[in-house]
Amino acid sequence: FLGAGGGNDIQWCFSQVKGAVDDDVAEADIISTVEFNHSGELLATGDKGGRVVIFQQEQENKTQSHSRGEYNVYSTFQSHEPEFDYLKSLEIEEKINKIRWLPQKNAAQFLLSTNDKTIKLWKISERDKRPEGYNLKEEDGRYRDPTTVTTLRVPVFRPMDLMVEASPRRIFANAHTYHINSISINSDYETYLSADDLRINLWHLEITDRSFNIVDIKPANMEELTEVITAAEFHPNSCSTFVYSSSKGTIRLCDMRASALCDRHSKLFEEPEDPSNRSFFSEIISSISDVKFSHSGRYMMTRDYLSVKIWDLNMENRPVETYQVHEYLRSKLCSLYENDCIFDKFECCWNGSDRQVEFSSLRTSDIPKIIVMTGSYNNFFRMFDRNTKRDITLEASRENNKPRTVLKPRKVCASGKRKKDEISVDSLDFNKKILHTAWHPKENIIAVATTNNLYIFQDKMN
Amino acid sequence: MAAPLGTGALTEEAGQEKQDTQKDKSIPPERAEEAKLKAKYPNLGQKPGGSDFLMKRLQKGQKYFDSGDYNMAKAKMKNKQLPSAGPDKNLVTGDHIPTPQDLPQRKSSLVTSKLAG
Repeated sequence: FLGAGGGNDIQWCFSQVKGAVDDDVAEADIISTVEFNHSGELLATGDKGGRVVIFQQEQENKTQSHSRGEYNVYSTFQSHEPEFDYLKSLEIEEKINKIRWLPQKNAAQFLLSTNDKTIKLWKISERDKRPEGYNLKEEDGRYRDPTTVTTLRVPVFRPMDLMVEASPRRIFANAHTYHINSISINSDYETYLSADDLRINLWHLEITDRSFNIVDIKPANMEELTEVITAAEFHPNSCSTFVYSSSKGTIRLCDMRASALCDRHSKLFEEPEDPSNRSFFSEIISSISDVKFSHSGRYMMTRDYLSVKIWDLNMENRPVETYQVHEYLRSKLCSLYENDCIFDKFECCWNGSDRQVEFSSLRTSDIPKIIVMTGSYNNFFRMFDRNTKRDITLEASRENNKPRTVLKPRKVCASGKRKKDEISVDSLDFNKKILHTAWHPKENIIAVATTNNLYIFQDKMN
Repeated sequence: MAAPLGTGALTEEAGQEKQDTQKDKSIPPERAEEAKLKAKYPNLGQKPGGSDFLMKRLQKGQKYFDSGDYNMAKAKMKNKQLPSAGPDKNLVTGDHIPTPQDLPQRKSSLVTSKLAG
């Protein structure tokens, strides 16, 4: 495994855990999205109750150089509220499906958060001074009797306790008939896309009363519906390029320069299936739950129920690598279908450093690590190293709470005699799922969300 | 380990040639699971994982509240006691006429997230 002693392997240690300890999980506390901002200083979570919590990494403490700063609560606010669409008799959940940060342009931070129907642009700003010494107002806000004012003074700004305020700056509503699954900010930093089951819309961040429909896969006759859009993302460098994945396991790459409506893809990525292996479950488990471009934009990663695939954008007919996340579940598909777990949507992410990778390095010792991470059941999560082809399974659990103690790798015993320290497939807790994980853009710090807790792990610094 | 999908199935079939006595090993795990499912639910749709799931996904969130039934129930309530909702307030079916009080409460969370606690 990774961590089994290779000189270069990352050794993960527990750093922090946020959230309630008790097992009785309130629906509202279920974490539904996790995202670092572009610098990694801020970490946002969204939950089923429509709330956003933002953590900030504290500045590195010179005396405690053995660990990176901890993440503490910076701001929390109610992003979305439950709604009822009376016309369609449709209940609109307040659950935050996705959060995406804008790159920072000034002192304030901006993020987009979305539920099933409405996207909101939030401004998070700090206030650490306030004006004091008004002529007509007392310090507590009461108005002074003007007749008692005998001299004039100029109010001055004095420091105050830091206050972090979140305010909704834009509300992008009424553009989606179906449920929004993705939002993605364009590399032009002016536009973004939002995708629902059947359509993708392009917005300008400044304009809320108009959006352009760029993909529409709704068939004229709904009886002919065979696939839905499951995720979409803009290319990190090419502002006219985006991809969207489907429930049938395909990814389409589209170029907005080709036409106003990108119903015809520029590239179609699909791995041919062996027809003799086809079963009732084939299509369900091939449905892609997440798609993420590599930081360089040369590759993209997709997650389906049992595996993670890496695709080279230059090759459409098959992925360049496939990693099995939990292949032992293939012989449990019947029960996973019955308990609905087969429909769980796992996300995946790249480590932060692959930005440098595709710009060649001739010295082998300099090849940066490229690692992909995804979650599984029993609060396990998995990492795959693209260079060494090694993988590791770790667990997010309060039992591994000792900071600076390296996490012990886990192993699932698929069949046969279970070794000591292994866990058998039938003992896995399928209610403990890790669907959302995030990797700090620059450092080896990861955020892993269990049902209602957020774990932060760091690599062991020397 | 980087391995193409279906490797598990191939290993199974290779094993079968040597051990015909183990009937189950001749079937790829996915097919065996499919057989189990069809045995339990013989009327399962012929379209594998097809439109039924998609339509269900698209219709998520649909709640039915019949104002006609509600108004009639309100009128009747003056005369007789209607059966009250069962212990599970989220399930409003059968003879019970739904009233706004029975629909699940959709209040926003006034409580701060426990992550911030």
